[in-house]
Amino acid sequence: MTDTTIGTAPHSLDSIQSSYMAQVQKRRLYGGLALMIFVILMVAGFNVADQRNAGGFWDGLHRIFDYPADVLSEAWEKRADLPALIVKYFPALIETINIAAVSTLFGAFGGLFLSLLGTRGLAKWPRLIPVFRRISDIMRAVPEIVIALVLIFVMGGGPVPAMIAIAIHTAGALGKMFSEVAENADLKPVEGLASTGATWSQRMLLGILPQVAPNYISYALLRFEINIRASAILGFVGAGGLGYELRNAMAWGPGRFDEAGAIFVLLFGTIVFFDQLSSRFRNRLTEGQGQ
Amino acid sequence: MLQIDTLTKRFGDKTAVDAANILVEKPTMIGIIGRSGAGKSTLLRMLNRLSDATEGSITFEGEDVTLMKGAAKRDWQSRCAMIFQQFNLVPRMDVVSNVLHGTLNKRSTLATIFNLYPQADIHKAIEILDRLGIAEQAPKRAEALSGGQQQRVAIARALMQDPKIILADEPIASLDPMNAQVVMQSLRTIHEEDGRMVIANLHTLDTARRYCDRVIGMRDGRIVFDGTPAQLTTGVARDIYGAGDDFSEAATSTEIETLDRPEVREAEAWI
Repeated sequence: MTDTTIGTAPHSLDSIQSSYMAQVQKRRLYGGLALMIFVILMVAGFNVADQRNAGGFWDGLHRIFDYPADVLSEAWEKRADLPALIVKYFPALIETINIAAVSTLFGAFGGLFLSLLGTRGLAKWPRLIPVFRRISDIMRAVPEIVIALVLIFVMGGGPVPAMIAIAIHTAGALGKMFSEVAENADLKPVEGLASTGATWSQRMLLGILPQVAPNYISYALLRFEINIRASAILGFVGAGGLGYELRNAMAWGPGRFDEAGAIFVLLFGTIVFFDQLSSRFRNRLTEGQGQ
Repeated sequence: MLQIDTLTKRFGDKTAVDAANILVEKPTMIGIIGRSGAGKSTLLRMLNRLSDATEGSITFEGEDVTLMKGAAKRDWQSRCAMIFQQFNLVPRMDVVSNVLHGTLNKRSTLATIFNLYPQADIHKAIEILDRLGIAEQAPKRAEALSGGQQQRVAIARALMQDPKIILADEPIASLDPMNAQVVMQSLRTIHEEDGRMVIANLHTLDTARRYCDRVIGMRDGRIVFDGTPAQLTTGVARDIYGAGDDFSEAATSTEIETLDRPEVREAEAWI
């Protein structure tokens, strides 16, 4: 029994080999058991979900592509109208991008303050760190669509409720990411500035921001991409922009699928464009950091 | 056996290795010396195919190594083991697993992620560790070991590959003098007992003199010296290191005794 325990420093080669083999056997046994439990849970869970699913998963599987096929075939028939429709919906696209840009900007400022106030070593009021952290947790935990629905109910439809909803979520999400970056920042410059009698905001702006700016901008750009998608989706609940037009085109069924096609083209193109643009920009920022 | 022919590596407009020619007829222990940035590491990395040559060729027993791709290249890498300055072990895995990584080229990904190494391999790994005097450390995590022990684990991983050539890139540069001796002695023993070729980058002259049969000196990417340790006079060494008359061999020493000599202190001030 004692020869299988580690740390007793067995001296002969045989005992080292056999004790290590015993350890390996145990590890393999645990690994095998874990894999088996995982497979059982996956299969069982799938069966439960399949039974509860109205119509059943396997019966519906082949119909997944029916709807996209309808949309595509109708859009293809009316392909001559496509350029005109793209021009028609371009203003709605601009609205969607504007919502995303403004909310990213406001959200990033909010996130900046939440992160600086919620990071150990940087916070102006160290005792309130948990408060600011929980605020950022809550802002991040509530989905944009819930905030947007409440605001639309209160303020009526339009781009402003969507902007506020996305900005709140962005501030919470960026606050978390920013504060993780700020935790790793070097505190020596802050101490240096404090020794000259600088205020808290001067210390943060001049001592911390230059260190973390590349990472902050990189995260904010990533968030901008995510927000374009979010603002398109919020259109579905009446927040204006491209999503609103898309819902109208899709909900009214066959006959307007060419418009849906045009909006899909616009949305897809925009997301790819901003994705490429921001990943190129982010690469440059992170590479520049290493030099 | 091993022939390196006008091997060149350029990074942009900078030439790291400039038309290197080396011919090795039989398994030898070779030390490559030179200042940092002389191209020693780049040369070894090209030999292991961690990086590709810009021009020239490497031929080993009639095979052109520089042209190998895919599986053939990985097979060559398994026959040409490499030891690094910073050990390059997986810190969170135990010592034996790290040694077993030497067999990765022969095993499938699936078998290795489930840790399904044959018992014979596991026993062999522990025997190799025993040969290097660290069998007691077998079940510990690699990160829990001292630098000298970690470098011996790295040597064990190299031996597990059963290679024809062992490349060592500054194997003792981050070790204290005592551990440096143990590691260099292990490499020498492996060369003498197993008849494997060992090529080591060293930046201390006396280590090269003491352990190697042949010394190659590099400066600014060029091979400026190739001969026996006896041919390596102080004048030649000054040339390799690009130093003036105040250069003394003791300045590049890692031996404990030399540290107490007064001329070392002066030379260190110069370095």
